[in-house]
Amino acid sequence: MQKNIITLLFVLGILLTVAAQESGSVLIKNATLLTITDGVKEDTDLLIKNGKISSIGAGLSVGSDVKVIDAEGMYVMPGIIDAHSHIAIDAVNEATDPVTAQVWVGDALNPFDVNIYRSLAGGVTISHAMHGSANAIGGQCETIKHRWGVMDPEELRMKDAPRTIKFALGENPMRVHGEGQSIVPATRMGMEQVFRNSFEEGKAYAAAWKDFASGKTKTPPEYSLQKQTMADIISGDIIIHCHSYRADEILMLMNVLEDYGVNKICFQHVNEGFKVAPELAAFGAHASVFSDWWAYKFEVYYSTAYNAAILAKNGVVTSINSDSRELIRHLYHEAAKSQKYGGLSDNDALKLITINPAIQLGIDDRVGSLEKGKDGDVVVFSKHPLSIYAVPQYTIVDGVVRFDINEDPSDMRLDIDPEEAVPTFMEKSEHNHDDSCLQDVQGHFSHKH
Amino acid sequence: MNKMIRYSALLFSLLLIGSLSAQMVEKAEGGTFLLTGGQVYDHDKGMMGADLLIKNGMIAEIGSGLSAPDAKVVDCSGLEIYPGMIDSGTKLGLAEISAVSLTQDHSEIGTYTPHMEALTAINPSSVNIPVTRVNGVTTVLSVPGRGLFPGKAALINLHGYTPEQMYADFKAPVLRFPSTGKRGRWDRRSAEDIKKDSEKALKKLNKFWKSCQIYAKLGKKDKYNPQMAALLPVIEGEMPLMIEANKKGDILAALAWANKQEIKYVLTGAAEGYRVLDSLKKYEVPVITGPILDNPSRSSDKYDVGYSNAGQMQKAGIKVAIRTNETENVRNLPYNAGFAATYGMGWEEAFKAITLAPAEIFGVADKYGSLEKGKVANLFVSNGDPFETRTQIQHLFINGWKIPMESRHTLLYEEFLERDPGINR
Repeated sequence: MQKNIITLLFVLGILLTVAAQESGSVLIKNATLLTITDGVKEDTDLLIKNGKISSIGAGLSVGSDVKVIDAEGMYVMPGIIDAHSHIAIDAVNEATDPVTAQVWVGDALNPFDVNIYRSLAGGVTISHAMHGSANAIGGQCETIKHRWGVMDPEELRMKDAPRTIKFALGENPMRVHGEGQSIVPATRMGMEQVFRNSFEEGKAYAAAWKDFASGKTKTPPEYSLQKQTMADIISGDIIIHCHSYRADEILMLMNVLEDYGVNKICFQHVNEGFKVAPELAAFGAHASVFSDWWAYKFEVYYSTAYNAAILAKNGVVTSINSDSRELIRHLYHEAAKSQKYGGLSDNDALKLITINPAIQLGIDDRVGSLEKGKDGDVVVFSKHPLSIYAVPQYTIVDGVVRFDINEDPSDMRLDIDPEEAVPTFMEKSEHNHDDSCLQDVQGHFSHKH
Repeated sequence: MNKMIRYSALLFSLLLIGSLSAQMVEKAEGGTFLLTGGQVYDHDKGMMGADLLIKNGMIAEIGSGLSAPDAKVVDCSGLEIYPGMIDSGTKLGLAEISAVSLTQDHSEIGTYTPHMEALTAINPSSVNIPVTRVNGVTTVLSVPGRGLFPGKAALINLHGYTPEQMYADFKAPVLRFPSTGKRGRWDRRSAEDIKKDSEKALKKLNKFWKSCQIYAKLGKKDKYNPQMAALLPVIEGEMPLMIEANKKGDILAALAWANKQEIKYVLTGAAEGYRVLDSLKKYEVPVITGPILDNPSRSSDKYDVGYSNAGQMQKAGIKVAIRTNETENVRNLPYNAGFAATYGMGWEEAFKAITLAPAEIFGVADKYGSLEKGKVANLFVSNGDPFETRTQIQHLFINGWKIPMESRHTLLYEEFLERDPGINR
């Protein structure tokens, strides 16, 4: 009997694994397609075959084994991409040193986080699971696909997505290290030198390995993953995503990067990006911003909700992100705010949550628009996604329907914490706008300012 | 041609003055205003084409073909006119920058501080205020927090140079009902400790309340006891108590407690109101709920309960007002209502929940909450549905003052959209 159960569990386990790896096929019929890169196509079908968009056109048909969604009167757009999030990870900050380039968020993925499902219910198919902003140079991040239902952390990764790393400027690293531990950086002057020092170390480390390889030196340098990571940034293998707010610190980092020949950078939050939009555009730096968050700390007091519009109109590749398990559920509404604040066109507003974050994560050849050959990541909305009345109906990842509003029981947990305590609204809201970037570090503050 | 150049130069220097005054918002304009040719929104009849006359701060007339020789005419053709939105729970004016503690005036030290007056600490010059009102929010309840009785909330209009000028005739003390919920994701207390703490707090509450009742009976109003004196209007039925409770069990406990005291009260928060619809209905308690754009409180909850809660309560026959519980982003009130509308409440009821419903709950519906002759001229003019994100507010009136459509956010936009000098010196 017991043996039977074990066999059953084993088979079940295999089935689950197979299901997880599976990419699917779906035919969406009669929809209005918001392709992002090729205009709006009314009354058109979209076929996803084995996880990839295989055709877009009229009157497409499939065999009876493929799921068909009749989307008459509905809108289909590419799966929403959040370039800044901390969901689906068990640890956010390795807040023990101003430089922790050696750590990796990908080691702490948690496929059981119910926020994955909730973000799918808001049309988000990909998020950038980031290290926090406690350190000047934080850990490396992971671009994940919202394959809700998988149990193996490996299955969350977007395979072959470029490496990314978190940098942070301003108050957060200054508070954690300067104020909290009385070490550099306590000021924005100190910040610069932390970066210069680390880049210099990375450069020397790479040179030492080169000397060893060419036989110029007899012994290799002492192994350091931290220095190796810095060397990889210099050689262009890693995209920097830098938590930043003030214009001066943004200019500082661009100057440092220029000295080391680094140009792959996306500034995150970048509330004062609008002040240096021409410089950002000239450098080729990207910007990933909040739609309207401001004034929760001093360095965001001189902000404007028109930031995204100013940046976009100045030619900066701009996205709108969540940095929040709440906002991630309605990024389509956050994108619409760029129409209120700055009058962006429908397509330009939608770019902020599709192709632009894809460019910033280096995955725009695979996702971010409805194009033949791209991944089958799409959302079906009841109305135009920039309308307040739009409700996501289906969210599809690699051709697999991961959210279906018609099959949405209230309890979607994959595992259950019997000791979960319930937070209250009043008390929750007191932390509403702390960027969740500073998760896990409250113990490091000697006092609160 | 010459004239043209001179005109351009004048225009340019005017613009320059605007940008030199960097963060300053223009002054409001007083007088008599005639809004012509717009669609005026009525809660019962919907949209109707009419003119609207504003005189002495009030709505003097609504009708077609109005004329007023002394009035400044505001052309509203093609536009829609709505009553100013009311946020029934914020910290606006009481906090400037949440991470800078000395800019926060909402949380006094102590468990029993019902004598603290939010109105006293309202900062009329808060940069957050213009940012909020240009989105059509004309009136907010500013609510103190921390402790059991943190103080009296105050209803304010978002224009004025002194708190008194801003005051909108409603105040009420707040009771944060002892919660068995977690304080947030950083609350590391065990479930048992949380329960113990809340029981202790409930005992304390009952003891304090008993003292207040005795104080009221003895009529010792001359003796200086500001804490107890502050609650007299509640005990004597002149003022409601605003009771904050969110978790199902806490709401039920709060309802039972309040009914035992035989006081007027309003339930605020009510995040899990949808779990206790029968009790809310039975006690006919009005509810202020929100934010709507918030996560469910339990990980076992359906993803959209935050969106649908307000509608579920309203459909059960409960009077519902919507709040943002915000400071710097109170401007998102119409979007909170918009999500409630989308997820079951419907447009009319959701709009009521941020206009007439709070005015009724606060007992000021004779002045606020709808466009009617004789009410205070708090209104906005928009180019469409105020819930739709892209809609622009074109004109704004508070207490009959025509408010400039400017805030730090619009001023920075004007200055930096086409920065000059640009990339070169």
